[in-house]
Amino acid sequence: MSGLAWGALYGLAAGLVIAIAALIGVWGERKVAGRIQMRIGPQELGPFGLLQTLADTLKLVLKEDITPAAADVRIFRIAPLIVFAPIAMSFVIIPYASGFAPLDTSVGILFFMAVPAISVIGVLLAGWSSRNTYATIGGLRAAAQMISYELPRTLSILPFVLLAGSMRPLDIMDEWRWWWIPLTFIAFIVYFISSIAEVNRGPFDLPEAESELVAGYFADYSGIRWAIFMMAEYGGMVAAALFGAVFWFGGYLHLPGALGVIMLIAVATLLAVAMIWVKWTFPRMRPDQLMGTAWKVLTPMALLQLVIVGVVIPWL
Amino acid sequence: MNITELREHLCATYPDLCPLFSIEFGDGVISVDPDRLLEAAGNLRDLGFDRLSVVTAVDRPTHFELVYRLYARSMSAAVFIKCNVDRDSPRVHSLAGLWPAALWQERETFDMFGIVFDGHPDLRRILLPDDWEGYPLRKDYEDETVIRRPDYI
Amino acid sequence: MTGEIGSDACFTDRIEPGVDELVVNVGPSHPSTHGVCRVIVHLDGEVVTKAEPVIGYLHRGIEKMAENRTYLQVVPLTDRLDYVGSMYANWAYCRTVERLAGIQVPERAEYLRVIVCEMQRIASHMMSLGSAAADTGAATMFIYAFDQREKVIEAFEELCGARLTYNYVRPGGVSFEIPEGWTERVLQFCRDHRDGLELMDRLFFGNVITRDRMKHVGVLSPEDAVAWGASGPVARGSGVNWDLRKHDPYSVYPRFDFDVPTGSNGDCYDRARVRLFECYESCRIIEQAISQMQPGPIRTPGLPRLLAPRPGDAYDHIESARGALGVYLVSDGSVRPYRMKVRSPAFCNLALLPLLAEGHMLSDLVVILGSLDPVFGEVDR
Repeated sequence: MSGLAWGALYGLAAGLVIAIAALIGVWGERKVAGRIQMRIGPQELGPFGLLQTLADTLKLVLKEDITPAAADVRIFRIAPLIVFAPIAMSFVIIPYASGFAPLDTSVGILFFMAVPAISVIGVLLAGWSSRNTYATIGGLRAAAQMISYELPRTLSILPFVLLAGSMRPLDIMDEWRWWWIPLTFIAFIVYFISSIAEVNRGPFDLPEAESELVAGYFADYSGIRWAIFMMAEYGGMVAAALFGAVFWFGGYLHLPGALGVIMLIAVATLLAVAMIWVKWTFPRMRPDQLMGTAWKVLTPMALLQLVIVGVVIPWL
Repeated sequence: MNITELREHLCATYPDLCPLFSIEFGDGVISVDPDRLLEAAGNLRDLGFDRLSVVTAVDRPTHFELVYRLYARSMSAAVFIKCNVDRDSPRVHSLAGLWPAALWQERETFDMFGIVFDGHPDLRRILLPDDWEGYPLRKDYEDETVIRRPDYI
Repeated sequence: MTGEIGSDACFTDRIEPGVDELVVNVGPSHPSTHGVCRVIVHLDGEVVTKAEPVIGYLHRGIEKMAENRTYLQVVPLTDRLDYVGSMYANWAYCRTVERLAGIQVPERAEYLRVIVCEMQRIASHMMSLGSAAADTGAATMFIYAFDQREKVIEAFEELCGARLTYNYVRPGGVSFEIPEGWTERVLQFCRDHRDGLELMDRLFFGNVITRDRMKHVGVLSPEDAVAWGASGPVARGSGVNWDLRKHDPYSVYPRFDFDVPTGSNGDCYDRARVRLFECYESCRIIEQAISQMQPGPIRTPGLPRLLAPRPGDAYDHIESARGALGVYLVSDGSVRPYRMKVRSPAFCNLALLPLLAEGHMLSDLVVILGSLDPVFGEVDR
C-alpha cells in the first residue's frame, strides 16, 4: 500500500479516536462537574447518560452553519480546522503501548511541542475573521496566552530529553525509571498548569471568557464549526493528559500490550479529572495576572527544574 | 435628632434659612426660590447633610415642584428642599457640584419632566431613548400607550 | 450637549474612539450584565479608558403607571421593581402609604415583614454573590449560592404561593398568615444556611485567584460613597457604617441584636464579603424575630379597599439588599397616588460604575459591575 493510503487510514483512525475521546471527555466533564456542584449531570440518554454527548453532537451537526455577513468568509470557515488539525496531529506521536507509537520519529518531543502550537494561528484567525470586537479581543488574548505558555510547557518537557538522552518518545519510555517522578515534580506542576492554559480551559479560559467576551474567538460560530472548536479543546485536554501520563507517570510503565495501554489510560483519566476539577473550582484569572504567572513564576520554575536535572545527571 | 432640634440647629447656624423652614406632616421642609436653591443646598450640606438621597419633581397644575431629600448621617435627620419652577421654561441650577449623586437623578428628572438643570455636565436622557418625544411624567403627556382609567375604579 | 429638547443625537453618534482605542459595546444582552444594561467601553488594549452605562432597556414606566392605579393596585407593580427582592419594594411602598394614610400596623405583621425581608436579603445576596462568582468564572460557587437561594424561594412559595413577585406586604399588614410548621422550617434553614455560608466563604473568598481578581479592584473611598449616594453593601464595603435598620431604625428592628458588617478597603472583595456577612446577621434577626413573635392579627382591621389618604406627601425608606430603598408618594386626596417616585438604591449605585471602572481592565469591569449588584428592574423602573 502506498504512503498516501496509510496516511489516510491513520487520519481516519486518529479522527475516530479523537472524536470518541472528545465525546467521553465532554461526558466526563459534565459528570465530574455535576458531582462537584451537588447534582448528577447527564443521566437520561443511555447508561449513565453516556449517549448525551452523542445526541448533543447530532444536534450541533444538524444546526445551521451561520456565517456573519461581515465576516471574512473563507478564513472564517477554515479557522476551526486550523485549530483542530494540529491538535489531532499531536496524538500520533504518543507511545500508547510498549514499542508502539503511530508515528515513531526521532524528533517526537519537538513534534509535540511544535505542531499543536500551530492551532494558535487558527484561534487568531477565527477571532479576526469574525469581525466582532469580542471575538477580536478573544483571539488576541488567546494568541498572547498560548504563545506565552508555550515556553514553560516546552521547558518542562526538556528534563526528559536530558534524562533519556533522546527526543524519541519510545526511547524515553524505555529509559523511564520510577525515581524520575520525584525528580521532575516541579516540571510536572509547570506542565500541568501550562497545559491547562494551552488548551484555554479554566481558570485560564480568558479567550472565551463568557462573562466578559461572551464566547471570545468563537462567539460567532455555530453548529458543526463550533463543535470543532469544542472538540479541539477536549482533544487538547486529552492529549495533554496523555502526554503528562506518558512522561511523568511512565505511560505504560514498561508493561506489555493491553495492560500497559490500560495503565496509560487510567493515569491520563486521573489527570484529565484533575484538570476538570481545577476548572470547576477556580475563578478565572485576569490577563495581566495570567501573563505574570507564565513569565514570572512558571518559566523560572521550569528553568530551575532544568538546572536540577542537569546537576543530577552526572551522578547517575 | 428630632425635627424641632433640627429646626433650632438650622436657625442658629443659618438664620436666613429659618423663615423658609416649615414642618409638613412631621417632615422638615425648606421651600426656596430656584435662584436661591444652590445657596440653600450648599448651606445645608455644610450643616452636615452629606447625602442627597432623592431628586425628583411633581407636576402641579401651575408649576413643577422640585423635591430634594437630604439626609445627615451624623444627625440621623432628613430634610426636604422644595423648589417651585415655572412650568413653561423650567430651569434650575444643578446640584451635581455639591453631591455627585445628583448627576443621574437630575438626568432622570430632566428625562421625565423636561426640567433643565443648568451647570449639569452631561444632561441628556437616561431611561428613555435619545429620540423620545415629550416628557412622560408630566400630567399632560399623551401618546398612544397612555390609557386613562375611568374614575370609578 | 446640555439637554436640548428634541435632540436626536443617538448614542452611536457620540461614540468617537480616540487614537488606539477600541470601543466595545457590552450589552444590553450580555452574560454578565445582570439584566439588560449596556456599557459602552472604550478600551486601550485591555484597559478601560471610559465606561459609560446606558440604561433604560427595562423601563416600563412604573411611576407613570402608579398614577393610574389605586393605592392597593400599585403593590403588584412594586413587585416588578426589584425582582430579586420584591418584598423590599412592597414594604417600602406600604410604609409610605401607611405613613401617608396614618395606618397603624399590627405587631405580628411587622414581625412577619421583618422575617420575610431578612429572608429576602439572604436570597438577594445569594443571587448577588452567585452571579459575582459567575462573572469571575467560578461556576460552582454560583450553583452553591443559588442552592441556598432556592430554599428561601421555596419557603416564600409556601407562604404566599409566588416564587418571585410575592405581593405579600400590603398596606396595613401582610396578605397571608404563615402556614403550619413554617417557622420551624425557616429556623432549620437558618442553621443550614450558616454551614452553606461557611462553605462558600472557604470555596470562593478563600481562593487565591478570587482575592487577586477582587482585591484592590474598583476601590471606592468612603467620601465618594457618601457623596455619590451609594448605600447598602456598596457603601458599607467602603467602611461607611450606615444601615437604616440600625441608624434610622424602623419597624421592630430596634428590638433585635445584630451587627452591621463593614469593609475597610472599599474594593470588590469587601463589597462581596459584606454581603456574605450580612447573611449571618439576617439569620440572627430571623431567629430573634421568630422567638419574639406573638400571635395576633396580621392586618389592620377595618381598612377600606380604596384608600384615599390626606393630600400631602410622604417619604419612607427601608434598608433593602441593595441599600436605602425609598418611596416618595404625593397624594391629592383621591384614591390614586398623584405621583410616586422610587428612590432606587441600584440606580444610585450603578452611577458609580464609570468612576470605579476607569483604569481597570475589561475583565475587572464585569467584576465591578457585579459587585455593585444592580437589578435592572429597579434601575430602570
